[in-house]
Amino acid sequence: MEWETVIGLEVHVSLSTKSKLFSGSSTKFGAQPNTQASIFDCALPGTLPVLNEEALRMAVRFGVAIGAEIGKRSVFDRKNYFYPDLPKGYQVTQLDFPTVGKGSLTVTLADGSEKVIGVTRAHIEENAGKSLHEEFSGMSGIDLNRAGEPLLEIVSEPEITCAEEAVAYLKKLHTIIRYLDISDAIMAQGSMRCDVNVSIRPKGTTELGTRAEIKNINSFRFVEKAIHSEVARQQEILEDGGRIIQETRRYNADKDVTTSMRSKEVANDYRYFPEPDLLPVVIDDEYIAAVRAQLPELPNARKARFIEEYSLSNYDAGVLVSSREMAEYFEIVARSSGDSKLAANWVSQDLLGMLNKNNWDITESPIQAERLATLIARIKDNTISGKIAKTVFETMISDKSAVDAIIEAKGLKQVTDSGEIEKLVLEVIENNPIQVQQYKDGKEQVIGFLVGQCMQLSKGKANPAQVNELLREKMQ
Amino acid sequence: MINSTVAEISAALAAGDISSVEITQAYLDRIATLNGELNAFITVCEDSALLQAKAADDARANGNDSPLLGIPLAHKDIFCTKDILTTCGSRMLHNFVSPYNATVVERFIDAGTVLLGKTNMDEFAMGSSNETSFFGDVKNPWNTECVPGGSSGGSAAAVAADLCAMATGTDTGGSIRQPAAFCGVTGIKPSYGRVSRWGMIAFASSLDQAGPITKSAEDAALMLNVMSGLDKKDSTSIDRPAEDFTASLNQPLKGLRIGVPKQHFAEGLSMEVEQAVRDALAEYEKLGAVIKEVDLTNSHLSVSAYYVIAPAEASANLSRFDGVRYGYRCEDPVDLEDMYKRTRSEGFGEEVKRRIMVGTYALSAGFYDAYYRKAQKIRRLIADDFDRAFEEVDVIIGPTSPHTAFKLGSKSDPVSMYLEDIYTIAVNLAGLPAASIPVGIANGLPMGMQIIGKYFDEAKILNVAHQFQQHTDWHKQKATAITAASGES
Repeated sequence: MEWETVIGLEVHVSLSTKSKLFSGSSTKFGAQPNTQASIFDCALPGTLPVLNEEALRMAVRFGVAIGAEIGKRSVFDRKNYFYPDLPKGYQVTQLDFPTVGKGSLTVTLADGSEKVIGVTRAHIEENAGKSLHEEFSGMSGIDLNRAGEPLLEIVSEPEITCAEEAVAYLKKLHTIIRYLDISDAIMAQGSMRCDVNVSIRPKGTTELGTRAEIKNINSFRFVEKAIHSEVARQQEILEDGGRIIQETRRYNADKDVTTSMRSKEVANDYRYFPEPDLLPVVIDDEYIAAVRAQLPELPNARKARFIEEYSLSNYDAGVLVSSREMAEYFEIVARSSGDSKLAANWVSQDLLGMLNKNNWDITESPIQAERLATLIARIKDNTISGKIAKTVFETMISDKSAVDAIIEAKGLKQVTDSGEIEKLVLEVIENNPIQVQQYKDGKEQVIGFLVGQCMQLSKGKANPAQVNELLREKMQ
Repeated sequence: MINSTVAEISAALAAGDISSVEITQAYLDRIATLNGELNAFITVCEDSALLQAKAADDARANGNDSPLLGIPLAHKDIFCTKDILTTCGSRMLHNFVSPYNATVVERFIDAGTVLLGKTNMDEFAMGSSNETSFFGDVKNPWNTECVPGGSSGGSAAAVAADLCAMATGTDTGGSIRQPAAFCGVTGIKPSYGRVSRWGMIAFASSLDQAGPITKSAEDAALMLNVMSGLDKKDSTSIDRPAEDFTASLNQPLKGLRIGVPKQHFAEGLSMEVEQAVRDALAEYEKLGAVIKEVDLTNSHLSVSAYYVIAPAEASANLSRFDGVRYGYRCEDPVDLEDMYKRTRSEGFGEEVKRRIMVGTYALSAGFYDAYYRKAQKIRRLIADDFDRAFEEVDVIIGPTSPHTAFKLGSKSDPVSMYLEDIYTIAVNLAGLPAASIPVGIANGLPMGMQIIGKYFDEAKILNVAHQFQQHTDWHKQKATAITAASGES
């Protein structure tokens, strides 16, 4: 039988507010355990929540950016369950009236086609603390620094049909969140986490199959692999006449399988009810308009502008806007160097290749945008050839001196002196009589070999166009 | 002087007739003599009280003349007090020393009052007799075989027996008004949002309000002046311009429209309480007020709705008492689940556990609509009843409780205990302010009258109460049994 896959994603993003969702405690990463836990975060009796307006503004910012309906009246609810790292015994979240309602994301797939994926909702909630089970010899430690940090949970419609689309959706979400500057959204650090709901059904049918939820996947690659592995598992079960159990699963990357975490036999009843310590949050059109007015240029708009303003291809523009930092980097290079085409090539190929090879983020690049622009400017003014520029680029990674100083120090300056080039040309003509004769007999393509010889002799420094011209002249 | 009102003590302090240290010592002595029998205090802060009194006297010498400077008071043990045991009447918090002050506590410190101690209460404010306290029953100073009412029973008994000049209480369904009625003192539950809940241990967040328990309406106004006002730490606290509640106490009542709800004079009301309230209404008519019957159609639903909403909120509010971070933890737990189960089974008393169970049930999947949502709808209907009534009247008056204080141990059935608050609960559901003042004595026990006002109309309630107290002396009657026992005059 042929199957089709239905995927829905729940993404938790840690909002980068300075203080927690309902208390004034700092949210700084990496502090000593329990040093960022106020009496409210510890759930001392009598303490009460006060909403951090910045978290609300960030959620609205996200909603506006994805064209979502904004909840003019959002309501916080208590989700009740016991766990030692949940000090109040309930998590404050939004159930029926989230701040962000229906919206959508347009993602670009590998074949260049676009697909619109619906976002059901995004709601604000508080994070739990951390339970530490090691290093306490049989006891558990609790760190409440993270307890009460603001999260935005973004829920997609079950409209994703394969792993590739899921990853494209996540990457787009990641890009927008970074553009909006509402979260670091670093999956490896947990500031962006993903739960994947997967089910399969016979191709062409409309009823949803029983789903499994794979919790807390922390990289794009693992999302892709987890989906592949889970789909295969479900297919095998169904084709053997079995039934899928609705349950929570975990992805084991070492073995590339998903395993059951807990069955929902003992289903948790969270007994949601409206949080009486907080009033409903009411926002008006004016507030939404003000947030909208402060939106930065978003990836799609920026891509269109790049195509228009810098005459880039659809593909190049797409690559360059995929992160806000890269887009900004590119614009500096393009403007300072005065050649947007060369800038696009250098940024999307050489620079990106170098960063990927070293596993660096563009913000960690050893070559700043201004330096790369100078390098490109030197190609344009014929100080160096494109080929020599690659050598200079390699040097620039570890050598922080000015681009011109590197070119000078290594003697890489292009030779444009016609006297010197004439010497090279004459030497090559003398050393390669057979090829010269072939050229004279009308074998035009030999010119390439002869230019190559001149370039080799000059260690790449000769201006190839000049060499070409002079060779032809001397062989006439 | 210890049997005087706050206003009188304040005047004596201002005139230099007495010092705060002297009056504080007098109360401490009285507590030492009587608390063993009454059990009104869980904690007495003898040393710090005398230091605060000394500081108040020094401040007065330096020109400070704020009205409550140097006045000794007691806080219900539901308010967090920094470095002082704060138990909420529960084994769960029998060892909890708060690292911070409630806003209410902070405001009384700023006003220069002297904290004598923390008063006994029903466990987590759940009860109408003070019999659910882990620290034992409080006795009614009028008759020590009777309950003082609850949950602010310790505060009401302490004020009635002159163990303090004034006390704080909290009221979720009648917990200030009913003990005030049973102990013959004045109490007012302010409008929801008037007084900050920060640092007040939550029972039912959407119903809880702190208020004064005093010997007169004027004293209640003085306390409310200090307690009220916006607190940014409580999101449900309301931003209103500061009010002086003493300003309109003396306004004449001519033309005042008093609503009398027929539902509060129906079956179940004892004859003597009905007579006392009717006599009080006659007194008001003499003062120029007009009496009108009003219809609170849905008031018979209030107890049922309350016993869904309050336990539902409580079931979540009390989840934090899990033995992990503070308070009681069971001995030698074998694992996490064992720790949770035994800590909460051993740390909470029967009534608290009953309400957690009821609340958990009401919020459960499949029952939410039938209970919690339905109760919220009833709450709206009850508030609408009051809105309609207040289109025609200025205040609503009726009995606070159907009868006088009952015998300790006489109500073993929870439902009959829940019905104790039949006249008071609707007020909390609607978020309105209401006072209870003494209106008579039957069989040696005091009776209370409830005065309900419009939202944020505490000044009117206090005016109506004060005028009654200017023309009658029920509020001056003393709990003679205990006074005789202590040998005081």
